[in-house]
Amino acid sequence: MRFTRRAAVAAVGVAALLTATACGSSDDSSGGGSGSSKVEVFTWWADGGEKAGLDGLVKQFGTDCAGQTFENGAVAGGAGANAKSVLASRLQQSDPPDTFQAHAGAELQDYINAGQIEDLSADYDSWGLKQAFPQGLIDNLTVEGKIYSVPANIHRANVVWTNKKVLASAGITKDPTDLAGFIADLDKVKAKGIAAPLAIGKDWTQLMLFESVLITDLGPDKFTGLWTGATDWNDPLVTKAINDFKTLLTYTNSDRDALDWTDAEKLVMDGKAAYQLMGDWEAADLDAKKFTDYAWFTFPGNGDTFQWLADSFVLPKGAKNPEGTKCWLKTVGSDAGQKAFNTTKGSIPARTDAKPADYPKYQQAAIADWKSFKQVPSCAHGSACSQGWQGAANSALGKFSTNSDVAELQKAMATAASEFVKK
Amino acid sequence: MRKLRHWGPGLLLLSPSLILLAVFVYGLIAWTTKVSVSDEHNALGSKGFAGLENYTKLFTNDINDRFTHSLKNLLVFTVVFLVGAMFFGLLWAFILERGVKAEGFFRTVYLFPMAVSFVASGVVWRWLMNPNKGDSAGGLNSVLGGLGLDFLQNTWWTNPDWGMAAMAIPAIWQLSGYVMALFLAGFRGIPQELREAAAMDGASTYRLYRNVIFPQLTPVALSALIILGHMSMKMFDLIMSVSGPQWLTEVPAIYVWQTLLTSDYAKAAAISIILLLLVAVVIVPYLIYTNRQEKNA
Repeated sequence: MRFTRRAAVAAVGVAALLTATACGSSDDSSGGGSGSSKVEVFTWWADGGEKAGLDGLVKQFGTDCAGQTFENGAVAGGAGANAKSVLASRLQQSDPPDTFQAHAGAELQDYINAGQIEDLSADYDSWGLKQAFPQGLIDNLTVEGKIYSVPANIHRANVVWTNKKVLASAGITKDPTDLAGFIADLDKVKAKGIAAPLAIGKDWTQLMLFESVLITDLGPDKFTGLWTGATDWNDPLVTKAINDFKTLLTYTNSDRDALDWTDAEKLVMDGKAAYQLMGDWEAADLDAKKFTDYAWFTFPGNGDTFQWLADSFVLPKGAKNPEGTKCWLKTVGSDAGQKAFNTTKGSIPARTDAKPADYPKYQQAAIADWKSFKQVPSCAHGSACSQGWQGAANSALGKFSTNSDVAELQKAMATAASEFVKK
Repeated sequence: MRKLRHWGPGLLLLSPSLILLAVFVYGLIAWTTKVSVSDEHNALGSKGFAGLENYTKLFTNDINDRFTHSLKNLLVFTVVFLVGAMFFGLLWAFILERGVKAEGFFRTVYLFPMAVSFVASGVVWRWLMNPNKGDSAGGLNSVLGGLGLDFLQNTWWTNPDWGMAAMAIPAIWQLSGYVMALFLAGFRGIPQELREAAAMDGASTYRLYRNVIFPQLTPVALSALIILGHMSMKMFDLIMSVSGPQWLTEVPAIYVWQTLLTSDYAKAAAISIILLLLVAVVIVPYLIYTNRQEKNA
């Protein structure tokens, strides 16, 4: 065995390895720059109605912002979960896209705290958005006097969808306007042999139902206060709401924790349930599935409250092409841009000056409500609370679904609020 | 100097893998540890030092006791999974070892589930263990109903009392064959002389297995337990594809991922380090044990 030859082989191996690793760290830091005319738009809209909406928006962007090119930075899958992890790592490495999709409202809080996104208040003024959006939305979007995002659309969360045939066979002709009436109707459907008249899915769908009950029992202002720290979660009214929610859960399917919202929707479509509380993307989904026997009403007792959530776009600090991004944001907030996006996505424009005639039937009703109703945010969809808060709330609801412990849920929600509420 | 000459070539040859290990394993562990004692709770959080706060909070002040709950889940899952997989693995191996017709065929059948990815089998098990009963029942409940065994129908992984134990069923199905293969190799490795000697001494079959063969299998059983144990600690894909992320069946690995999605890096890192320590607690004694075995051999 001669040392030199073995050493030589080993040395070659080491050298090869070192060069390989050294080469890996010196690529693609040359793109972009200040003269870039590309706008990289980061979303999780990769297919279906969402993709169609984005395409419409891109077309409008091409018209409004000549000289800028749209670059699709979509990351598909996982209801945005994949995109969020990619985005987080890019922000970590100070390599932000020119703009990214985020739920409007409190979900942006982490980015704001970290100083990662720019204040757009001045642009709101110059683009006339403060007049175009309803005051309630402007209030919900404003964080310490500043606005950081431009909503592309508005969805409504507190809507109950019904199977008309099932209701007719149970002899129900009027929409309930309070919880007592709703529970009476649920009993009527139950008497017709449908064991679980209210279809529901796992944690976040339960959180949506819980929020609707909270709006009913606390009223819109106190409800909004739950997420800003103005209302105490230990309030007896919250206890009442949790008990009402517990009662409603007794009318739901026992396999709820195993279902996603579309599985619950199918129970309504198949006539195995009569009702489902869900955001108004359900209208577009039912239409797409060619199911026509549906009707809807605002969650009983919510009166004229419009619980909103929105997808919005932001301007990250350190974006390579801030000029182009601002033009994109302007398009997103413009009348033409909102129309191009929302007519295909099944949502409604955030602007109050939209023409209802351009939209399908459900949206026309929603547009009318949007103008006149009181806007409150949603925790399940990020307009009322940050991602961490949502996670804690979902897990608390998941636990409640298995043990129905009222005091424990109230304590968990109070603890979450004390941890996450904006200090 | 002579020492270096002696070690030099070996070190040189080892260096590529040593460098890779240092960077991609120990480096990352060090980095994760650093994050876990910081206060990086959002997308670009401050990089301040938080000491052990992230760790203590997990045990004392995690909303809903989510972390301790996930540890309990992991414990239940691990125990059921280990007992089940070891039992069936040994049973199959024993049957094959006693000699059956078409042994090759059975070996293949038992081993086959291992070749399927957890995600693919998870999707099928999701349907099989669908908690519904009645006319929209899932696979298992339909079969049980069809056999008139309605009392055995269950809500499986949505059952609040033993949902986590039900989660171990697919894992047992998937890995018993693997344990069987290990034990078969163990059986084959037992010298023929031993069996002959036992026969000469007039040992009954029971005594043969009880006093001669099974003791010889102890190292194999230990290896199997360790391998399965550390697999179960990292169990993520199977649970994600059967139940998805939900309170009832949350284990630490899923909690890490859920926490990452909320950009709470410090908390996620703390959970990861605790998981790492748990795996170490299982594996290190085993490594010491096998090293000793080799020295004695």
